[in-house]
Amino acid sequence: MKNKIISRVLTALVVIASAIVWQSCKPKAPATVSMGDAASKAFVPPGKYDEFYNVVSGGFNGQMSIYGLPSGRLFRIIPVFSQFPENGYGYSEETIPMLNTSHGFVPWDDLHHIALSTTSGQHDGRWAFANANNTPRVARVDMKTFKTVEILELPHSGGNHSSPFITENTEYVVAGTRFSVPVGDKTDVPISSFKENFKGYISFISVDPADGKMKIAFQLKTPGVSFDLARAGKGKSHGWFFFSTYNTEQAYTLLEVNASQKDKDFIMAVNWKKAEEYIKAGKGQTVKAKYAHNEWDESTHTGVSNIMDEVLQLDPAELKDIIYFIPCPKSPHGCDTDPTGEYIVGSGKLAALIPVFSFTKIQQAIANKDFEGEFAGIPVIKYEAALHGEVKKPGLGPLHTEFDEKGNAYTSFFVSSEIVKWNVQSLEVLDRVPTYYSIGHLSVPGGPTAKPHGKYVVAYNKITKDRYLPTGPELTQSAQLYDISGDKMQLVLDFPTTGEPHYAESIPAEMVMPNSQKIYKLEENKHPYAALGEGQAKVERKGKEVHVYMTAIRSHLTPDNIEGVKLGDDVYFHVTNLEQDWDVPHGFAIKGANNAELLVMPGETATLKWKPLTTGIFPFYCTDFCSALHQEMQGYIRVSPAGSNVPLKFSTGKIEDQSSGAGQ
Amino acid sequence: MESPAPRKRMRGSLKQTKMKSLKPVSRLIIALASLLMISAYFVPLWQILMWAPQYPEGLEMDIWINNITGDVKVISALNHYIGMKHIEVEMFPEFGYMIYIVGFLIGFGLLTALLNRRLMLWLFSILLVATAVAALVDFWLWGYDYGHNLDPTAAINIPGMSYQPPLIGTKQLLNFTAFSGPDIGGWLFMASGVAIIGTLAYEIYTSKKKA
Repeated sequence: MKNKIISRVLTALVVIASAIVWQSCKPKAPATVSMGDAASKAFVPPGKYDEFYNVVSGGFNGQMSIYGLPSGRLFRIIPVFSQFPENGYGYSEETIPMLNTSHGFVPWDDLHHIALSTTSGQHDGRWAFANANNTPRVARVDMKTFKTVEILELPHSGGNHSSPFITENTEYVVAGTRFSVPVGDKTDVPISSFKENFKGYISFISVDPADGKMKIAFQLKTPGVSFDLARAGKGKSHGWFFFSTYNTEQAYTLLEVNASQKDKDFIMAVNWKKAEEYIKAGKGQTVKAKYAHNEWDESTHTGVSNIMDEVLQLDPAELKDIIYFIPCPKSPHGCDTDPTGEYIVGSGKLAALIPVFSFTKIQQAIANKDFEGEFAGIPVIKYEAALHGEVKKPGLGPLHTEFDEKGNAYTSFFVSSEIVKWNVQSLEVLDRVPTYYSIGHLSVPGGPTAKPHGKYVVAYNKITKDRYLPTGPELTQSAQLYDISGDKMQLVLDFPTTGEPHYAESIPAEMVMPNSQKIYKLEENKHPYAALGEGQAKVERKGKEVHVYMTAIRSHLTPDNIEGVKLGDDVYFHVTNLEQDWDVPHGFAIKGANNAELLVMPGETATLKWKPLTTGIFPFYCTDFCSALHQEMQGYIRVSPAGSNVPLKFSTGKIEDQSSGAGQ
Repeated sequence: MESPAPRKRMRGSLKQTKMKSLKPVSRLIIALASLLMISAYFVPLWQILMWAPQYPEGLEMDIWINNITGDVKVISALNHYIGMKHIEVEMFPEFGYMIYIVGFLIGFGLLTALLNRRLMLWLFSILLVATAVAALVDFWLWGYDYGHNLDPTAAINIPGMSYQPPLIGTKQLLNFTAFSGPDIGGWLFMASGVAIIGTLAYEIYTSKKKA
């Protein structure tokens, strides 16, 4: 009996003890907070400026956003591929043409990557390019006005992911298709005829060095694979472009499995100088294509959309020496060239190593015909012949690599959720830091250029989870700033982002800030419906259209009383902001508008179309708190029945006798 | 027969007392100072600067011999709330004749140097001081009218409040700190005036010393 009790007590003690031991053996979660002097490194005192402009893709919001680094403060969202009701982009009559495509008006897209213009491989602060992933397009944003000034659609593309990477002097912006598709007359084909009918096209868009205007210079017709990302050569490799590919299995269903079968896919090296030679020699073929080219005119404050009808193509299977394939392990994603242009880093998203290729070796291999065979008529260089070396055991799932000014590379790892710093020459891993969580792209200021600015690396994470106060199932996206000025990377700031950022670039503030435009000059306003003074404000009827030439200045709209509009009319409010003072926009909104508001910058004219559906009095007002008497900046428009004989009249500040006597 | 000598002497004494001439260095300074006034046609003479919480970068109005430049439209747009007039070049008849006044002064100065008479230098000095005083009085009168003659229907009407800009110096007007003072052309003009009056003083001083 006694023994039984003792043994029971002992058993209980053993159980408790083992529970305690087991508890203490349970691994701890990794440290997730940043300590020490981190806060001071990201702190920009009130009234002081950030060191860098951070130009960030908005992903599925279709826009581009501008942050400051190191503070992580959001300054502006620039509408690019998606409508933006808060300033009327894609709703105003002037901006609607900017979103025109061969498929008609497309109000949304998925903006993935940013490319800041360069001269001699270095940032020049002129333009930011961005890609539309869904309905293939490339946009150009002017860094003086931070405004979308051009959008070019890409024919023969199924989804513009491998874009908008640029050459050293911004000679070309490239656009490679993520989906190979059948083109031309034969597009209604079985999906299973992929190998036979589907082709991948790469467009080289030339950029006018004077004004930035884009034009599809030529397209390369390549085998039916998926193009993922790309980087131009620079320095010694200027004249070449490198594209990562996946689905060289040419699968058309369940790509997750079927496009991951081969041990290696390809990096495609393109000798674009050779392509230029073929074009000069007249080897290009002009083919029919339908695509939109939309341009913004800063003097008329209006976008114009033209539908283009042909494009020049080259077939590298027939025209030798334009393209070569280099095997690269497991569906490469990032394909990044280092600042010297000698090394090309391929990041196989399913690989456990990072291959680094040498431009010099690639050239030797081509000269020696060191090929392992052909893929769809294109020579495939031997892996070892092109390889500088492999970074061993860097992490799991490498995606993208950026560079600093000291010869180091920073690679993001989605699966192991970390940034790994390694030396480009020695391929030695130097440091690693965790990211919270699952980093996608990363960005070092000037990281893709010949002269990186260094100092920071920003992680753009794909999973946020518990990093911020929760806001229901849909959470903010998260970026993290690391100081890379020392040997060890140090997390200094978490900051939430808008949309879902993919790639971003950063540029020193002093390269952009001095050029930032403050106003549009009224004397340069050539908008056909501009009223350049209150004396020019008027209302005109053209059949069923009523055009209101309206002016806005603190704190009144002219005219602010309009009568004589009839049911069935389309009313166009052409609002000119007469201010010539910095930071005095005026807004315009009218009750029942089925589109949005207008936000009109000083000296600009913008038009809102309004179709009244009932008779009555409709108020309109200024939506931007412009002045102490902003709330007084309002007016009325009267809508009468269709057959009414109310005369068209308009005024501001004219007080008529009130027949009712109310309030008198 | 009288000897012509005393007449000659008399003429000589007259020249000494009533038609005194100038020293070569004085004539040179007068000529150079007069020529310096030509700058008035090429640089602004006066400036008005304004700051407010919303305008940390400041607003500027430059007054030239025949024009007003700078943030005139912005200042007018702001001032309309308190009923001040819209500033227009046409508001200032002075712009029509200031070019002639300055031209006359330059001509008079050069003539003074050429004719070599101290009397002319006296006249020129008096003329310069009178012009400066008249200009300031005129500016004050415009400022008084601009600051007091307000539109009674203005949005902001503060009983007893007027907005006369400062003649010279700094003044707080509602949310604005206003400064008024010479611009580069004004300073050059003043330098000319000081040089000319200084020359006169020098002439008087040296002739008294001689006497």
